[in-house]
Amino acid sequence: MKYASIKEIINEAKKNGVRISELVKISQSKEHNVSVDELCAKMKKTYEVMNESIETGLSKKSNLKIEQNDASKIYKKYVDDGKSIFGSKVGEAVAMAMAVSEVNAGMGKIVAAPTAGSCGIIPAAIVTIKNIYGISEEKVIDSLFTASAIGMVISNVMDIAGASGGCQAECGVAQSMAAAAIVDMLDGDYEQIANAVAISLKNIEGLVCDPVAGLVECPCIKRNASGVINSILAADMALAGVVSIIPVDEVIQSVKQVGDIMDDRLKETAMGGLAMTETGKICTFN
Amino acid sequence: MDVFDIIGPIMVGPSSSHTAGACRIGKYARGILSEEPMNAVIKLSGSFKQTYKGHGTDKAIIAGLLGFNEDDERIRESIEIAKKEGRNFTILEEDIENTHANTAEIIMTKANGEKVVIQGSSIGGGNILITKINDAKVNINGLFDVLVVGHVDIPGMVYKITKVLYQWKININGLSLHREEKSGNAVAIIEVDDKIDDKLCDEMREVENVKYVTLLRSLK
Repeated sequence: MKYASIKEIINEAKKNGVRISELVKISQSKEHNVSVDELCAKMKKTYEVMNESIETGLSKKSNLKIEQNDASKIYKKYVDDGKSIFGSKVGEAVAMAMAVSEVNAGMGKIVAAPTAGSCGIIPAAIVTIKNIYGISEEKVIDSLFTASAIGMVISNVMDIAGASGGCQAECGVAQSMAAAAIVDMLDGDYEQIANAVAISLKNIEGLVCDPVAGLVECPCIKRNASGVINSILAADMALAGVVSIIPVDEVIQSVKQVGDIMDDRLKETAMGGLAMTETGKICTFN
Repeated sequence: MDVFDIIGPIMVGPSSSHTAGACRIGKYARGILSEEPMNAVIKLSGSFKQTYKGHGTDKAIIAGLLGFNEDDERIRESIEIAKKEGRNFTILEEDIENTHANTAEIIMTKANGEKVVIQGSSIGGGNILITKINDAKVNINGLFDVLVVGHVDIPGMVYKITKVLYQWKININGLSLHREEKSGNAVAIIEVDDKIDDKLCDEMREVENVKYVTLLRSLK
């Protein structure tokens, strides 16, 4: 399979009467000459590293250069005390996304999903939904294959890198993959997956990559927090039957176009946006 | 395409392109040198140049030169480790024209004084593209085994070289030829689908007018 478009994947899955995750497993198995069991075992390992990075980020301080260790602050005090505005589930999702992102910033071990800068979004999304609905590990792992199908299509359209397309090409892609995973975990249909991807991408389209002092800390860690919420929002809307007027593959094309138009100063060079604010400019580190 | 390129790699942060990809470029350079890299100048261009300190790009490339993988937590201390081992690695901030935003050039000096230059770009998600080996423009993504066969530029060499691969039932998926001058030194860079046995390389070295054979293992 070429992963040329979401439409192609959905048509192929429909034709074979399988879920997108199943289609990905079968096609990957053929392409790389490995068994489906091996693929699932490797994805399970990946999922375990995601969980470890959540645990590490919530329990230990990461060696951050300019940001604080906020994940544990949100998790231990605010959420536990029942203060989070939308309730503990939203607070936990935010804390988990920031936890992984902080581990990453401190040069700890994470899973790039699809990149390191956006590594908190998918783990926080799937673990949140797993915890709320008591979903089996097997199904969670399957949802990662569904998410990867979305990522593979997008990476065929554009480079998944802030240096090429801004934050929309990292956190944006992560959110769309997470949205697809959530809809899949909650047994949404093909079109709902497509709409969740489209909606999440539209919500973040145009976001620039403007890291203060060139670090993957500010605003990256907080953008992982907003990212997990946007993925849940998009999945929720799609599951409720909301349709994206612009079809998903056209949304992806437009994200690429916006990335191409974007000024280089806003593509991970730390020469624009927040990086060049009065305070951003004086943020230094050793 | 590989699903674990998208959900993955498992790596040390903070940036898949600036840390994991950089580490892989370093590791690939180490493979091309085919001896312990003790002396190297690392030029960082574009976004690598702008943000390497924050992303640990310098640490990651050096870790790669030391042979570490992208999920090795020793990446954090690679500069100190290299120093302790008496290696002389220098980082230079220098833009290289007409290259991808995340590009590094690594100029390594062998024990015998010979220089080996490679240029590589980190194209996102930890994936890399090696674009230059010495004077040869290449397009190696590290997903396949690659044979670099130095030979004399005379008729029949491609036939003789590919014949060895055929005998081992190895499928070629990319082949490029480069030469310094007619009838002079030439190099064939061959990407293959199947795993290459070290014995194949030994056989290749026996072919008349083959000067050297370097096997670059895939990064998978």
